[in-house]
Amino acid sequence: MDSALIPKGVKRCPIGQFAVFIAVVGAVLLWGVVAMFLCYIKGLNQTNMNNAYGFALWIWADLAVIALGGGAFFTGLLRYIIGKDELKNIINYAVLIGFVCYSSALLILAIDVGQPLRAWFIFWHANVHSMLTEVAFCLTCYFGVLTIEYIPLILENRQLDKVPFCHHLSHNMHGIMAVFAATGAFLSFFHQGSLGGVTGVLFGRPFGYRTGIGIWPWTFFLYTWSAAACGPCFTIFITRITEAATRKKLVKDNVIDLLAKIAGWMLLTYIVAKIIDTWYWAAVTAPSMGLTLMDFYSNNPGSAYGLWILIAEVGICGVLPAIMLVSGSVRRSPALLFIAVTLAVIGACLNRWVMVLQTQAVPVLSFESWFTYFPSWQEIATTILPVAYGVILIALSYRYLPIFPQEQELNPIEGGK
Amino acid sequence: MFPFSFEWVWDMGHMVFHGGLWYALSILGMGVTYCIIKAVYDTAKGQGGHHGHGQH
Amino acid sequence: MDQPNNKRFGMVIDLDKCTGCGACMVACMAENNVPFREDDTDKLLSIAWMRVYRLKNGKSFPQAEECFLPRPCQHCEGHHGHSPCVSVCPATATDYDMQTGIVSQVPTRCFGCRYCMAACPYHVRQFNWWDPVWPDGMERSLNPDVSVRMRGIVEKCSFCYHRYQRALDKAYAEGRRDLKEHEYQTACTQACPAGAITFGDLNNPAHAVHKLAQPDMAHEGQSRNPKAFRLLERLGTNTKIYYLSSKEWVRKAGDTAVQKA
Ligand code: SF4
Ligand code: SF4
Repeated sequence: MDSALIPKGVKRCPIGQFAVFIAVVGAVLLWGVVAMFLCYIKGLNQTNMNNAYGFALWIWADLAVIALGGGAFFTGLLRYIIGKDELKNIINYAVLIGFVCYSSALLILAIDVGQPLRAWFIFWHANVHSMLTEVAFCLTCYFGVLTIEYIPLILENRQLDKVPFCHHLSHNMHGIMAVFAATGAFLSFFHQGSLGGVTGVLFGRPFGYRTGIGIWPWTFFLYTWSAAACGPCFTIFITRITEAATRKKLVKDNVIDLLAKIAGWMLLTYIVAKIIDTWYWAAVTAPSMGLTLMDFYSNNPGSAYGLWILIAEVGICGVLPAIMLVSGSVRRSPALLFIAVTLAVIGACLNRWVMVLQTQAVPVLSFESWFTYFPSWQEIATTILPVAYGVILIALSYRYLPIFPQEQELNPIEGGK
Repeated sequence: MFPFSFEWVWDMGHMVFHGGLWYALSILGMGVTYCIIKAVYDTAKGQGGHHGHGQH
Repeated sequence: MDQPNNKRFGMVIDLDKCTGCGACMVACMAENNVPFREDDTDKLLSIAWMRVYRLKNGKSFPQAEECFLPRPCQHCEGHHGHSPCVSVCPATATDYDMQTGIVSQVPTRCFGCRYCMAACPYHVRQFNWWDPVWPDGMERSLNPDVSVRMRGIVEKCSFCYHRYQRALDKAYAEGRRDLKEHEYQTACTQACPAGAITFGDLNNPAHAVHKLAQPDMAHEGQSRNPKAFRLLERLGTNTKIYYLSSKEWVRKAGDTAVQKA
């Protein structure tokens, strides 16, 4: 039925099957939309946030999703600026995943602010000294870049490409993509960093606060670095899931291997820096603010994890996947590679979780105690909403756009078209 | 965002921040404008000639 | 910026005198049109610009002791006005006024990102989770000098800034350029039946707060009074609320580290 829209030389599932899939995911999406409107109409009392937890699940989701969306800028940087040409076979997908991540982040932010109608104040009345201002500007601009990178892909749809203007526009945009990619990398460097700065500058919060150089706390650089390391891991992670879902090989092994290898070295260097940072913070910064390392990890109610959360983040989801990814034999085993990228992705999410949530849970005044929080269903639904949206956008893009340049070669159709 | 909002001051912070911002925005703006104008031009030029679409 | 005739309004709260009656909280709510709900039991969802904490020394009878600690906004100066909350606000909705030392909050400018709440270690900043609903007839007793706030934004103690403006207006009308100490006092100061709260200009040696707090300006306002302490001094928040107590365990409660040790 929709075969005229499907790219030449590839096979897609029947439209009925596709429609059922979209409907199921769409139901989840709808659930999120209902929760979103509840938040808009009734206000943020629909959440379980409180005066001690002003930042909660949503801010974590923002930080995590942007870190994981970092695959787009870093792959772009490698492909267009550093000249790793093989990556042209995965860059489309990295851009698409980045686009999903960044639009999700913007959507969540738009629900998260107490007065969404005033959200433009952050631009209009910008306080240039606030990390959040920098985040807002760079994030929006970079979302623009991702849109610019995604548009030519849409224009390559079989029917759209027949329109001469679309064809030329897409061609021209491809022509100067390096310029956009470079601007994107510049913007990404700053907003990924500023997200790290969000908690890093809070000198009233010893758990999150970090020293640094100039106006930038160490977390500024750590976040950028970890986004560059874990973003590509997420791209590989989603690519593998897509391959499993479509029961097809979509990207050649050497491409994945190259990306995984680079991500592995990034992760290894990142985790070394992270360990040094943690050590310096535990030994020097926090004690100067009156707290010892164990103050942050003991007596927290409702969770017996204690130091395990640190061990999980830095060790199990940091050092381990880094070592796995730099080893060629691990990368050659699809199962081990998948475990490694999954761990790296969890590691980035855990890091953002700890920096947002635990920073606020830790009591600073001696006569206060730990604060606990569990998200309401509205918060959970609005956080799952972008996931459902992402699945739908990826499914539509996969079906109708030539996302994977190697798909045709890897999956020849007998008889052809 | 603009020098006419009352909290604006001409200090280092504003110049660096907005310098970077407007620099990035103008590159993006000029890039997109160039692509569109060139596409219009290409389309107009291509109309009289052949109508094939090869690989780019 | 930092002219010598600048004021630094601040407070000294004598915890030996405070009985924990809560009159300051009530006066503040009424003065500043602070919204409340029918069921305001969850203190993490309710708003109080001034909150009285109850501190215990953790010992059992007969050594058990407790102390009440009223906590308004600390009007942190940080280094040169770099207070924890002001520096982070992306929309310039809160400001450190170098002329008065007051940390302001602009409710119509705030869009509710809550970054400042994450920044303030004193949990001073509170969020309007609901739109205010005033019991029937109460709108008529609202203070016309203070704008009521809507849901979705953050609010906090302003040192009754409108009282400062009103006092200045009056002084200007009378041809004066300066205020007398008693002309600008906060609602909580005046409401305290025990006289535990003293308010005034910390820079003015004639003011009672200056004499009690004895701030050492060479050391970010640290007090020379052995009975005095500030909350979380070592974080560098450089607050303008000084507490007095004759009890050592109370003074130690102002500092996270010593208390924990
Ligand atoms: S006490 Fe909190 S709200 Fe008041 S100035 Fe300090 S950081 Fe800001
Ligand atoms: S909640 Fe309001 S005052 Fe606080 S940082 Fe955000 S915009 Fe500024």
